[in-house]
Amino acid sequence: MIEAVLSVSGLALVAGLGLGFAARKFQIEANPIVDKLEQSLPSANCGNCGFPGCRPYADAMASGGAPINLCPPGGKATMEALAAILGVSPVAMEEEEGPKVAFVVEENCIGCTACIKACPVDAIIGANKQSHTVVTDICIGCKACVEPCPVDCIEMRLVPKTLYSWSWAKPGGEHATLH
Amino acid sequence: MGIALSVLRRFHGGVHPPENKAISAGAAIEVMPLAKRLFVPLHQHFGAPCEAVVQTGEKVLKGQILGQPQGFVSSPVHAPTSGTVVSLEEFPVHHPSGLPMLCAILEPDGEDRWLPGLKGLEDPEKAEPAAIRRLIQDAGIVGLGGATFPSFIKMSPPKGKVAELLLINGVECEPYLTCDARLMEERAGGIVEGIRIMLRALQTGECVIGIEDNKPAAVKAMEVAAKADGGRIRVVRLPVMYPQGSEKQLIEVVTGRQVPSGGLPVDVGVIVHNVGTALAIRDAVREGKPLISRVVTVSGRGIQRPANLEVRIGTPVQDLVDHCGGLKPGVVKLVSGGPMMGVAIHTTRAPVVKGTSGILALLAEEVPASREQGCIRCGHCLQACPMSLMPNEMAWLARHELLDKLAEHDLFDCIECGSCSYVCPASIPLVQYFRFGKFAIRNRDQEKKKQEISRARTLAKEARVAREQEEKERKKAEMKAGMAAKKKAQVEQVPDPSAVPSVSATAPAGEAKSASVAAVPGGDDKAERAARAAKSAAAAKAAKAAKAARQAKDAE
Repeated sequence: MIEAVLSVSGLALVAGLGLGFAARKFQIEANPIVDKLEQSLPSANCGNCGFPGCRPYADAMASGGAPINLCPPGGKATMEALAAILGVSPVAMEEEEGPKVAFVVEENCIGCTACIKACPVDAIIGANKQSHTVVTDICIGCKACVEPCPVDCIEMRLVPKTLYSWSWAKPGGEHATLH
Repeated sequence: MGIALSVLRRFHGGVHPPENKAISAGAAIEVMPLAKRLFVPLHQHFGAPCEAVVQTGEKVLKGQILGQPQGFVSSPVHAPTSGTVVSLEEFPVHHPSGLPMLCAILEPDGEDRWLPGLKGLEDPEKAEPAAIRRLIQDAGIVGLGGATFPSFIKMSPPKGKVAELLLINGVECEPYLTCDARLMEERAGGIVEGIRIMLRALQTGECVIGIEDNKPAAVKAMEVAAKADGGRIRVVRLPVMYPQGSEKQLIEVVTGRQVPSGGLPVDVGVIVHNVGTALAIRDAVREGKPLISRVVTVSGRGIQRPANLEVRIGTPVQDLVDHCGGLKPGVVKLVSGGPMMGVAIHTTRAPVVKGTSGILALLAEEVPASREQGCIRCGHCLQACPMSLMPNEMAWLARHELLDKLAEHDLFDCIECGSCSYVCPASIPLVQYFRFGKFAIRNRDQEKKKQEISRARTLAKEARVAREQEEKERKKAEMKAGMAAKKKAQVEQVPDPSAVPSVSATAPAGEAKSASVAAVPGGDDKAERAARAAKSAAAAKAAKAAKAARQAKDAE
C-alpha cells in the first residue's frame, strides 16, 4: 500500500518538475500587446474581420498591418479598447451608418480648386472662383478633398437611401444565425 | 392549327392555397367617387422612372401627361382627372422599403374635363400595327396583372421572332383577388375588342384565353363574347393551381413549351397579356384614352364591405378603405396585391398605382405565424417549386452569402411566387432569402463596376497630371532657350526696349499660377489675368490663415 502511494507520488513529482522546467526553458516569447489585444476581442473567432480568428487578428494589428475597426461583433467599444492599447486614435466603425460621400457647402466655397486637384477620381467639378460641387455617383468617399479645403466647406455626408439604392435585407430569423 | 394544345399539360410543382375569392367575387365593379387629392407617382412601371413635365401650380386636364418616359423601357404617366398640380414631392408609395417616391399631387377641380384632341383609330382592325403600338405606348399602358411591364414592347416582337399565339391571362391565381374575374364577367365584349386589336398589331390569328375553372361565370361570359368574333379566339378552362397565372407556367400548360432560362415568352412564339390590359388597350386604341384608372379588389376578412372598385390612379388606400366601410377590429396586416406575392402596406396614405390589383385587410387567422426554424430536409419546397429549382439549397447558400454558387443554382429563374415558403413546415422565409440573394448579387456587380470606373478615372487623372507637367517643363525649356537667344541677340545688336516683355506683369502671374491652375479663359491681356489670379491667390491665402487661426482656437 505504502509503496504504491509513494511510487505514484514520486512519478507525479518527477512529471511536475519536468513540466515546470520545460515551461520555463522552452517558453516562446510572445508580444504582450497581442495578448492584451486578444483579451479585448470577443474571442468569438467568427472570422468577420477576415482573419482566421481573434488571435491572428490581434497579431496582425500588433504588427501594424490591420486596421482596428474590423470587428463587427465587438462594435465600437471593442474598437476603442483596441485603440487605447495600441495608442492610436479611434476610427469610425466600417459601415456604421452606411457609405459616405463628399459634399461641398456651396455658400462657403471660394472656388480655389484645391479640392479638385486633390480628388483622385476627378469627381469634383467647378472652375476658379466658381463654386465647386461633387458628382456623388463618382465620389469614392476617400476624404482626400476634406483636408486641402482652406475654408472647411467639404463635409462627408451619408449617401441618401432611395428606392433605387434600397436592398432586401437578409431574413433575421432565429434560425438564420444558427448553422 | 395553332400551337395551343388540345390536351392541357401541367407544370411542375405548384400549391393550393385557400382561395378566399368568395369574399369579394359577388361584388359587381363600382366606380369609386373622385378623391379629394390624388397622389400620382412618376414611376409606376417596370423600367426607367418618368421625368415630370408639369410644374407646381399648373392646371392640367384629364389625360394630360404628367411624367414623360425616360428611355425605351418606360411608360408615361397621365393626369387621372382635371385640376391643379399643387405639389411635386416625395410621397409614400407601395414599396417594400417604405421609402417615398416623387409624386405629382393633384387637386381635382371636380369638372373631370378631358384633354381635347385625344382620338383613337377609326377602324383599328385595318390600321397599321405601328400606329396601334404608338397609341398603346402613348397611353401609358403596362401589364395590369402586377408586373407592370410596358405593353407596347410586348406588342413588337424582336427581329427574327414571330408571335404565333396571343395568350390572354384570365387565370388570376392569387387568392382573394377577383378584379379580373369581375372584368371578364361584366366587360367581356370590351376585352374581346382589345384582343382583336392586339391580334391585328401582332399580325397573328390565334388567341387563347386561359381561365381557371373556379370562375365559371367569367368562362361563360368570355365564351359568349369570343363566339361573336368567329373562330379565332378560344376560351380554355384550366384546373386550379397556383401559380398558373405566372406567364411561364401558363405558357407551359397551354402550349407544352417551356420558356428558356433568361428568355422571353416570344422565344417560344407566345405573347401573354392580362385581361385588364386587353381592356385598357381597347380604350386606348379605340378612343385614345390613356390609362388613368383600374379595377382594384378590396378584400380580406378584416374589411367591412368587400368590393371590386374602379379607382383612379393616385387615390390613397385610405379612401378605398373608407369607401368600403372601414376596417374591422383585429386587422394585423394590410397587403397591396395578393397574399402570395403582394407587399405589406406601410401607410394607408400611399396611392393606388397601375400595378395595384388588390388591397387586403387580413386578420390574425389569415396571416401565418412564422418563426423560422431549422430545415428538416423534408423536400416539400422542391416538389412545390414551379420553376424546378432547389429552394432548400438556395436558402442555405443565401444565408451564407455564397453568391456565385447561388447564381449557379439559377437564382434568377426564381419568380418569387412564394410556393416554397407556403409549404415549408419550418416556416423558413425562403422567398426573402432569394430576394436578398438577388439584391446582393446585383449590388456586388454594381460595386465591381464602380470600382472599375474609379480605377480608370484615377489612371486617367494621373496620366493627365503627368502630361501637364511635361508640357510645363517643355514650355519652360522653350522659354529658357528663347531668353538665351534673345540675350545673345541683345549682346550682338543694339537693345530694343519694345521687344522686352513687361517683367512686372509676368512675375506675379508665375507665382499666382501655383494657387490657381484653372484660370478663367478670356480675351483679355496677360497683365489683367495675372492680377486676377494674384487676387484669388491672396483670397485663398487669407482663408488658409483664417482656418489656421480657427484650428488654433479649437485646440484651446
